[in-house]
Amino acid sequence: MNEKEKRPNIERPLTKDMRTDGQALDIKEYVRAGGYGGLRKALREMTPGDVQKAVSDSNLRGRGGAGFPTGKKWSFVPMGKDAPHPGFLISNSDEMEPGTFKDRILMEGNPHQLIEGMIISSYAIQADYAYIFLRMEYGESAKRLSKAIAEAYANNYLGKNILGSGYSLEMRLHLSAGRYMCGEETGLLNSLEGRRATPRAKPPYPQLCGLWGKPTVVNNAETLSNVPHIVKNGAQWFRGLSCTDDGGTKIYGASGKVRRPGAWELPLGTTVREILEEHAGGMREGLRFRGLLPGGASTGFLIEEHLDIRMDFDSVQKAGSRMGTGTMIVMDDRTCPVGMVRNLIKFFARESCGWCTPCRDGLPWVEDILHAIETGKGRHGDLELLEEHCALLAPGNTYCALAPGAVEPLQSALRYFREDFERHITQKSCPWR
Amino acid sequence: MDGKKTVTIYVEGKPHQVEEGKNLLDACLSLGYDIPYFCWHPAMHSVGACRQCAVKQFRDEKDTRGRIVMSCMTPAADGTRISINDPEAVKFRASVIEWLMTNHPHDCPVCDEGGECHLQDMTVMTGHSYRRFRSRKRTHRNQYLGPFVNHEMNRCIACYRCVRFYNDYAGGRDFGVFGAHNYVYFGRYKDGVLENEFSGNLVEVCPTGVFTDKTLKRHYTRKWDLQTAPSICVHCGLGCNTIPGERYGTLRRIRNRYNGEINGYFICDRGRYGYEFINNENRFRFPVRLERHGDGEKTGTFGSGEVIPHIKSILQRARGVIGIGSPRASLEANFALRRLVGKERFYQGTSAGEARIMADIVNILGNGPARTPSLRETESCDAVFVLGEDLTNTAPRMALALRQSVMQQPARLAAGMKIPRWDDKGFREAVQNNKGPLYIAHPHGTKLDDAAAAVFRGAPEDIARLGFAVANLLDDNAPGPVKDLPGEASSLAEEIARALENAEKPLVISGASLKTPALIHAAANIAFALVKKGKPACLSYAAPECNSMGLSLMGGAPMEDALKTVQAGEADTVIILENDILAGQMAPDQAEALLSARNVILIDHLPGRTSSMAGIILPASTFAEGSGTFINSEGRAQRFYKVFDPSGDIQESWRWLRDIMVDMAYPGASGWLTLDDIVSSLSAEIPGLRAVANAAPPEGFRMAGMKIPRQPHRYSGRTSMNAALNVHEPKPAEDHDSPLTFSMEGYAGQPPSPLIPRFWAPAWNSAQAVNKFQPEVNGPLRGGDPGVRLFEPKENALMDYFGKEIPQAFTPEKERLFAVPVYHIFGSEPLSSLSPAIAGRIPAPYIALRPEDAEKMRVPEGHVIELPPFGSLSVRIDGSLPEGLAGIPYGLPGLKDMELPAWINSPAAAKKGGQ
Repeated sequence: MNEKEKRPNIERPLTKDMRTDGQALDIKEYVRAGGYGGLRKALREMTPGDVQKAVSDSNLRGRGGAGFPTGKKWSFVPMGKDAPHPGFLISNSDEMEPGTFKDRILMEGNPHQLIEGMIISSYAIQADYAYIFLRMEYGESAKRLSKAIAEAYANNYLGKNILGSGYSLEMRLHLSAGRYMCGEETGLLNSLEGRRATPRAKPPYPQLCGLWGKPTVVNNAETLSNVPHIVKNGAQWFRGLSCTDDGGTKIYGASGKVRRPGAWELPLGTTVREILEEHAGGMREGLRFRGLLPGGASTGFLIEEHLDIRMDFDSVQKAGSRMGTGTMIVMDDRTCPVGMVRNLIKFFARESCGWCTPCRDGLPWVEDILHAIETGKGRHGDLELLEEHCALLAPGNTYCALAPGAVEPLQSALRYFREDFERHITQKSCPWR
Repeated sequence: MDGKKTVTIYVEGKPHQVEEGKNLLDACLSLGYDIPYFCWHPAMHSVGACRQCAVKQFRDEKDTRGRIVMSCMTPAADGTRISINDPEAVKFRASVIEWLMTNHPHDCPVCDEGGECHLQDMTVMTGHSYRRFRSRKRTHRNQYLGPFVNHEMNRCIACYRCVRFYNDYAGGRDFGVFGAHNYVYFGRYKDGVLENEFSGNLVEVCPTGVFTDKTLKRHYTRKWDLQTAPSICVHCGLGCNTIPGERYGTLRRIRNRYNGEINGYFICDRGRYGYEFINNENRFRFPVRLERHGDGEKTGTFGSGEVIPHIKSILQRARGVIGIGSPRASLEANFALRRLVGKERFYQGTSAGEARIMADIVNILGNGPARTPSLRETESCDAVFVLGEDLTNTAPRMALALRQSVMQQPARLAAGMKIPRWDDKGFREAVQNNKGPLYIAHPHGTKLDDAAAAVFRGAPEDIARLGFAVANLLDDNAPGPVKDLPGEASSLAEEIARALENAEKPLVISGASLKTPALIHAAANIAFALVKKGKPACLSYAAPECNSMGLSLMGGAPMEDALKTVQAGEADTVIILENDILAGQMAPDQAEALLSARNVILIDHLPGRTSSMAGIILPASTFAEGSGTFINSEGRAQRFYKVFDPSGDIQESWRWLRDIMVDMAYPGASGWLTLDDIVSSLSAEIPGLRAVANAAPPEGFRMAGMKIPRQPHRYSGRTSMNAALNVHEPKPAEDHDSPLTFSMEGYAGQPPSPLIPRFWAPAWNSAQAVNKFQPEVNGPLRGGDPGVRLFEPKENALMDYFGKEIPQAFTPEKERLFAVPVYHIFGSEPLSSLSPAIAGRIPAPYIALRPEDAEKMRVPEGHVIELPPFGSLSVRIDGSLPEGLAGIPYGLPGLKDMELPAWINSPAAAKKGGQ
């Protein structure tokens, strides 16, 4: 299908039922709006295989940033009589990517939607336990999710023999210890087991040997929140929500000095310009747009010339960046790109787990050079040193994706804003100060 | 390559045959290429943390771009093409060093690792030389880790090897990694003594100077200044290979000497830190005479050449001479004594109980159908039953091997997921906490229990009964069934029997430490029954001393018989060889009676209780000052070599005995000029020792016409080290016993494995140089690992089952407790106990009581009681002891011994009060 011709149905399944006063939907409100209908349907009319097929057919791709097809991820879980148990399903709600707040909106506004998605997904992979692995700082989400889980137990959506189906599931909320690495799939598993949040070797893949060595699927909270709607309305409907071949809506967001920072549920594949100008209201008075990080701090800059590309996994990648979480950080002309990049690198250097050398010792050096440049102590040759690091901290050279992600903003900033870096060095000070 | 498929890989376009699926780092190192690495370790495999071993991999011949891969994480497949010299890979590897160096202090000149530092070697190998990082280095606070290991965290390059060794490999729990990013910290949660018995390996596992040898620090010498020779550890029966290093006449340290069949890359802390008894200031250096007069003792010396004629005159006047051998003296020394006093008058320096047990062991292993495994084979056994041996304390390196053997069965899980063993991170994830069947039956809890599938607590005879029950379950013809076996024990016996029978390679372990022959027999029965079932069953016995096996093979009556001979008036002169019989297992009154013979001649290195009752003392060399042969518990004869020429009149015991015999004109004695001479005599005379002559090359062996130097080619100060005493350079000592020389000069290449004095290769100054001495990394040394096995299982050997009388079940008594010996890695072995570092780890004498017994006696933990003959003992409450038993530490210095296990009167609370 030609992408440009595709006209999506304008629906907002993830957010349409949310209350306008910022409070969470309670279970009555949720059920009144059709909530847990997907679960009833799945348990009564569908086999686990049917649910997996529906999700596969919907072309749902992971919303955590990597965009891995959800149905495919599930398909590696051993099923049937001889499958090892207990199996686990985990909602990755650790949302520690700087500039990203989409999962929080979903969890605070409609916690039952996530819970229902998790129950259906657990059923699809025949998991016995489900964990919500929640970012420690998300106190409000924790409160609302705890209440919702209790409500779900009280109404037999969780626990033994759910709705008389014979299927049982226990669900727990786990507050993360608060490190970026906890959001990495296998780092999360280690953290949940009480170990250091360092990435695991793959293989073994979590679907075979995950939490405590048992079959485990880790999905992003937004991904899971889509599942009830797919089951209820069908794969075809879900695909119709998107401007692209990948199904569904996406929670896009914008932060930075735009008129209306926030998050909006829009068809997957909405253009960058529409998000920035129509929904975020463009730049604040007197500020000029210089660039944006499309999906969190570990994606490369897009600039003016990219504004008409679609925000979807493949289009953004073609433009040399990644959609990531879809929540963009917008940079204006009064913000020093060196300072901004330094701030991001500082975060990543701190959040490195310390396992592999390039990330552990390379990122602090990058931070150090950027700090020198920003404070007027940059030297000729520093930019080449930075570029050298961007090339060295490449995927495959490091143990996991943290460092390659960390240098994406730097690498693109060196390409698009090089003269700003150079001015720092020649002027021996920051032109923005 | 034992049946594994061979594939062709191309390195820089050159084809090589390697084992399929092996990782490329291992394969390339085995092929002789140099690739730098840190986190990979041949025994601990790959985890992909340091990224130092990057190479370029190409899809096919046409691919010119390639991609960087970590060689340690990439399996060799047919047609794999890699380049080590690819500029991008070279650049990346130099960058890894550059990153590591951002925080590594430039303190090599004052760092104990300098000169044998893997980080130095790898830095040179990658070519990184110019510092571009211009900020400050991070600093850490160091910890006190006890008397063995020094901590200097600032040097850390975060390779994670320490924590992987200490926790994953050695089962330690008081060490870990803390913090994150470039502040990761490796240490304990707070200052304190490292608890694991293998902590000293951190010194060799650490690629730089974070963990260094604290005992070496007190008399520091660079590796290049140490005179070294291949040696064998004397502190237990396993015979781990070591490299002692000497400077200025004192021993400075012990390092692991790789022997693929025994210790591999690791030794225990007793073996590493027990060496300092050699430097003890009270060492006998000259012959001494002790004369007792009415009003006390007088110590006298001998003029030059006087002592031998003096002894000759004593022996000529004697009314019968007997010799007491020693399980810690070399074969040669024992043999020389046996020759001097005559076969019938040679007594093993061990108690009747121990002598009988060792004789049984020699018989079972020498004539039975079960194979005595090397430690490498032990690691490959997939079901293990240990009967009455606290291995961590009596044969520590074997306990470490068992920690690897329990991974054998779980390894099948990983194999099922197609995860190779070398992918250690993936492997451990796949295996989780699964452990193979290891069963430990012991009177009290042991430190290996955490690795066991199940443990059994009982008195020695109850453990034997469990063993007999297992054997009977495996084969009806084995004695049994065991009557009145309690239900729990009987279902455990079934579980053990099933596990052993279902294993591919079952192993049964026992040993001499509980002095219970029934345990030896029960273990043998199980192994025999398994062999009958067609299983390649292995059978191991822990031997008490470094040459217990050798002594037993030589034969001789036990010490108790020696006393009878003296008391019967058949002998009035006793020659004692390297044996402190008063501190040994003989009852003190018996030993004293023996020592009140008219003439007592002692040949030993250090004063002890026995030496104070000897009339003449001849100064004997230790393992570091003489050469000789030990036979380890596997039955492997191994040669150890003189590391340095000792001061004074110290010489090998066999040479003292030879000198006496020559003076007394014994036929043949004058022919014993060299070690080879006496070795050929003993291997000709004693049938079981025929192969001993093949344990190592003879003295006349030369490499390219040259001897092998004990001193490294960079040995410094040779001409000036004695200048303070004499400006004339002394003539180097001569070695007539081995192809080694006390010199820097000689053959610079690789000698045969028994003669490797140190591991060093160009560009490889650290212990990691071992890979240059192995055709296959982690495999045998070039030409085969050192030593010669004396026992092989006899095909179709028919050995009768033991134990027509299965012991009665143990019955607790009201008024008495049955005291079993509790062994301590630090404390139960007398020589190592004299080393200050070890001495700091020895527990105070104690008695272990069940909580119930302690309560009944109203003695709290720490309370001191008087218990004859042991003296003051502090109470230790031990909930693991079964009813009726108490534990008393074995052989602690200062603890008066009686032979254990034995019944003791229930100790009454002393008035002294608690601590």
